[in-house]
Amino acid sequence: MATIVEKPVVANATPTLNKDEILRYSRHLIMPEVGMEGQLKLKAAKVLCIGAGGLGSPLILYLAAAGVGTLGIVDFDVVDFTNLQRQIIHSTADVGRKKLDSAEQTINEINPFVEVKKFETLLNSENALQLFRDFDVIVDGTDNFPTRYLVNDACVLSGKPNVYGSIFRFEGQASVFATKEGPCYRCLYPEPPPPGLVPSCAEGGVLGILPGLVGVIQATEVVKLILGSGDSLIGRLLLVDALGMKFRELKLRKNPECPVCGTHPTVTKLIDYQQFCGIRGEEQKVTTEAIPQIQPEELKRRLDAGEDIFILDVREPHEYQICNLGGYLIPINDLPKRVNELDSSRQIVAHCKMGGRSAKAVEFLKQAGFKNVLNLAGGINAWSDKVDPKVPKY
Amino acid sequence: MKIHIPTPLRQYAGKNSTVDVKGGTVAEALANLTAQYDDLRRHLYTDDGKLRAFVNVYVNDEDIRYLQKENTPTKEGDSISIVPSIAGGF
Repeated sequence: MATIVEKPVVANATPTLNKDEILRYSRHLIMPEVGMEGQLKLKAAKVLCIGAGGLGSPLILYLAAAGVGTLGIVDFDVVDFTNLQRQIIHSTADVGRKKLDSAEQTINEINPFVEVKKFETLLNSENALQLFRDFDVIVDGTDNFPTRYLVNDACVLSGKPNVYGSIFRFEGQASVFATKEGPCYRCLYPEPPPPGLVPSCAEGGVLGILPGLVGVIQATEVVKLILGSGDSLIGRLLLVDALGMKFRELKLRKNPECPVCGTHPTVTKLIDYQQFCGIRGEEQKVTTEAIPQIQPEELKRRLDAGEDIFILDVREPHEYQICNLGGYLIPINDLPKRVNELDSSRQIVAHCKMGGRSAKAVEFLKQAGFKNVLNLAGGINAWSDKVDPKVPKY
Repeated sequence: MKIHIPTPLRQYAGKNSTVDVKGGTVAEALANLTAQYDDLRRHLYTDDGKLRAFVNVYVNDEDIRYLQKENTPTKEGDSISIVPSIAGGF
């Protein structure tokens, strides 16, 4: 299999290194694969990191340490406690702070020679091309499909390589897309999955170390692109299974019929990616008009008044162990098989963590002929917020 | 032959990361798989029986779209991978 060879992304390195930098990068400079020439290329390079979260954290840390001259970061989020299990660029003291500011501080502490450019914005079709213009390499550390397709298309249209990484639970993928000779993300996945089919980290969970593994693989690929050395992941999809500690590799080909990077592209400008992915907003608390709901306060009122209410918990057993309302546990995927355990003559209130899975449960039960079913709006999280703060949130 | 089941689909394949299947083509191997685990069917196929576009299938390290698609021949010792798109990064 021939490796695709591309020219290095940073053509001319004009900066110099002072004595402090030479000392700092000594372990790079004494390696023939990097040397003074390579280190100057790193210093001249401008890398845009989209996301300062799970993948972004280790990526940014290592690129800063390596001496990438300019690091742009796009993130509009604020640090919260659930991030700290894996987003290692942020610390406990940063909770409540903007991720951009927290990341900038950490970068300055590791390497004051790095110039940080912060972009506190939601990347979208209006700003992406302009943003990408001033950078040499784009790194995709985002967490949703619309943005991944946006980043890909914007990279192809601006001629910038897209160093891709993605994770789910304990599995990851990495590759380099959108180079001239190589495939783009759409060559691999022409269509996104329907919304709700692939859960997010908040719903599926993620092994904390996994973005560490994949993020550093991305950082490695960025460095190799800048130096123009090694065998890049262009044209290869690296699959990481952290639990089995297995690494597999699949061949990726440029699709000549790809609508974005093929020989006759039909996508020549950025589109509405939310629409492309079939969603109208974030998949958070899903409540549609057709799903009958009950607010946590109302449920509490009715329970206190002695009403006979059957609470159905559709979460997983390990969630039940974290906290529960004493409900009857039937995990959502088992519901079709176990529906005969439920008494349709009773008033049933279904709940999950945030209201999404239980909405599906209510829909299913209504279709199965249950008449007295309600969805607890906002789930056990809302119960914790509005009724009983002693119930832990997770 | 072994089919590698990606994480998002393992809950529908009895929590297995690989499943042993038989079949002379990818279509037969996948049919063997869904015969063992019926729940997988709707995640791999649309209602009219087509392989879903965001699910890629590889025989060894080659994408079947560039081989003979579902008619790609398979033999003992081959490794089939199902690779769906995942997006997590935060």
